[in-house]
Amino acid sequence: MTSLPITLTINGHRHELEVDPRVTLLDLLRERLDLTGTKKGCDRGQCGACTVLVDGKRINSCLALAVSHDGAQVLTIEGVAHGEELHPVQAAFIAHDGFQCGFCTPGQIMSTLGLIAEAQAGDDPERIREGLSGNICRCAAYGGIVEAVLEAQQQLVKADRRTAA
Amino acid sequence: MRDFDYIRPATIPDAIAAAAEPGSAYLAGGTNLLDLMKGGITSPERIVDISRLPELNRIERLDDGGLRIGALVRNADLAYDPAFAKSYPAVAEALLSGASAQLRNAATVGGNLLQRTRCSYFYDTASACNRREPGAGCDALDGENRLHAVLGWSDACIATHPSDFCVPLVALDAVVEIEGKKGRRHVTLEEFHRLPGETPQRENALEPGDLIVAVRLPAEAASFSANARYLKVRERTSYAFAVVSAAAALVVDGGKIRAARLALGGVAAKPWRARTAEAVLLGADASEATFANAADAALADASPSGDNAFKIELARRIVVRALISALSGTPERLPALPASPFSNIPGARHDA
Repeated sequence: MTSLPITLTINGHRHELEVDPRVTLLDLLRERLDLTGTKKGCDRGQCGACTVLVDGKRINSCLALAVSHDGAQVLTIEGVAHGEELHPVQAAFIAHDGFQCGFCTPGQIMSTLGLIAEAQAGDDPERIREGLSGNICRCAAYGGIVEAVLEAQQQLVKADRRTAA
Repeated sequence: MRDFDYIRPATIPDAIAAAAEPGSAYLAGGTNLLDLMKGGITSPERIVDISRLPELNRIERLDDGGLRIGALVRNADLAYDPAFAKSYPAVAEALLSGASAQLRNAATVGGNLLQRTRCSYFYDTASACNRREPGAGCDALDGENRLHAVLGWSDACIATHPSDFCVPLVALDAVVEIEGKKGRRHVTLEEFHRLPGETPQRENALEPGDLIVAVRLPAEAASFSANARYLKVRERTSYAFAVVSAAAALVVDGGKIRAARLALGGVAAKPWRARTAEAVLLGADASEATFANAADAALADASPSGDNAFKIELARRIVVRALISALSGTPERLPALPASPFSNIPGARHDA
């Protein structure tokens, strides 16, 4: 099969690419664009390490064909911070020890961004745990992750209020 | 992954014409298909990407009071649609008890109906599987089969259908709207999935090229909204397929059951409508004794297909408990752990 032309906007940058239709969004990010922050864990949609936001929604990039997402807006962990300033979710993961080895962390953070945007969990730790159950942490830093999500969410709500005022 | 041709037709007729060719597969959310392709369980020669077909991503109220859900509506979008969740709470609860948030954002209504069994012998290409390779035999029969079917199985196949969504849908008389080479037709969800018999590879009513365009719920389905629940036992709290699940929906008036719907998941190769149990419930007192009789009726024909006799008793208890939950009323807000048997305990932690 010959390559197909697609356009993706990744972390605000437009990319015009020729891709083999078999290439997943995950492999495109890592192998073609050197955006290796998005991790390949299971490669079968079971671990969540490859989570990115596509058109604002969190998905498993390992189960997405790049050609099928032609024209999409993609946000990866590399696009989350503002220059040297960490995003509140990133800062909260550090403050609360929301990781140990760090392999699952980009996926955890992208999934958290999706969770907060969905606004279904509120500040209920049980709903946060359930909402992040698609992200597995084999170091079992779950306690710190839930604390980080709660704090980041509060920071973002405060920031929103300041902006609104 | 084997090489394939990729096409993205602009219209439904173009999609059907392309998919009618042998070796074709439709791609929507891709959450099951890509997994199967990576494992070599299925190797389509042509992928027909329907994810952008127009008009299949809408939820529409019908003039007759029913609902039409486009085949490309994402699981999460349907479950979080406030009007949908209010009218069909057991369906929303089932959706949110399935998979993970990431998968629910990608997976579609049509794809959910068409997802393949998670039988590990189906997934392992080194094992014999009649469903994957007709005539090859079934390694599950003498294998690890504690999670396999207890209803409607055959010696050719003892796999289960993994969907949560389909369980309340079949209870509520959902209808599958299919477009094919000969036009559009409607098949009840109860008739859509097939039991294995001697041909487990024929999983549903679709012919080559057929495209699911929508799932319909009749007007009556919303009449159960005050007393409808989905209950699902898993081997871990979240993000796991059902060992056994049940959807229960009641209309109760003056302590008597005026209408009842019951279906089971995780027990058969299709979402299992328990009509004999519904007959027991209809007109009876809304009591635990009635529910126990209904559970006995629902599992009367069950038999173990391996090391899974426990699932029959488990299913009885889940049926009783789902009916008790339905009777006590649909909660104002879905519990933190949708469909979990542990989420009725106030203040308890369920993940330790």
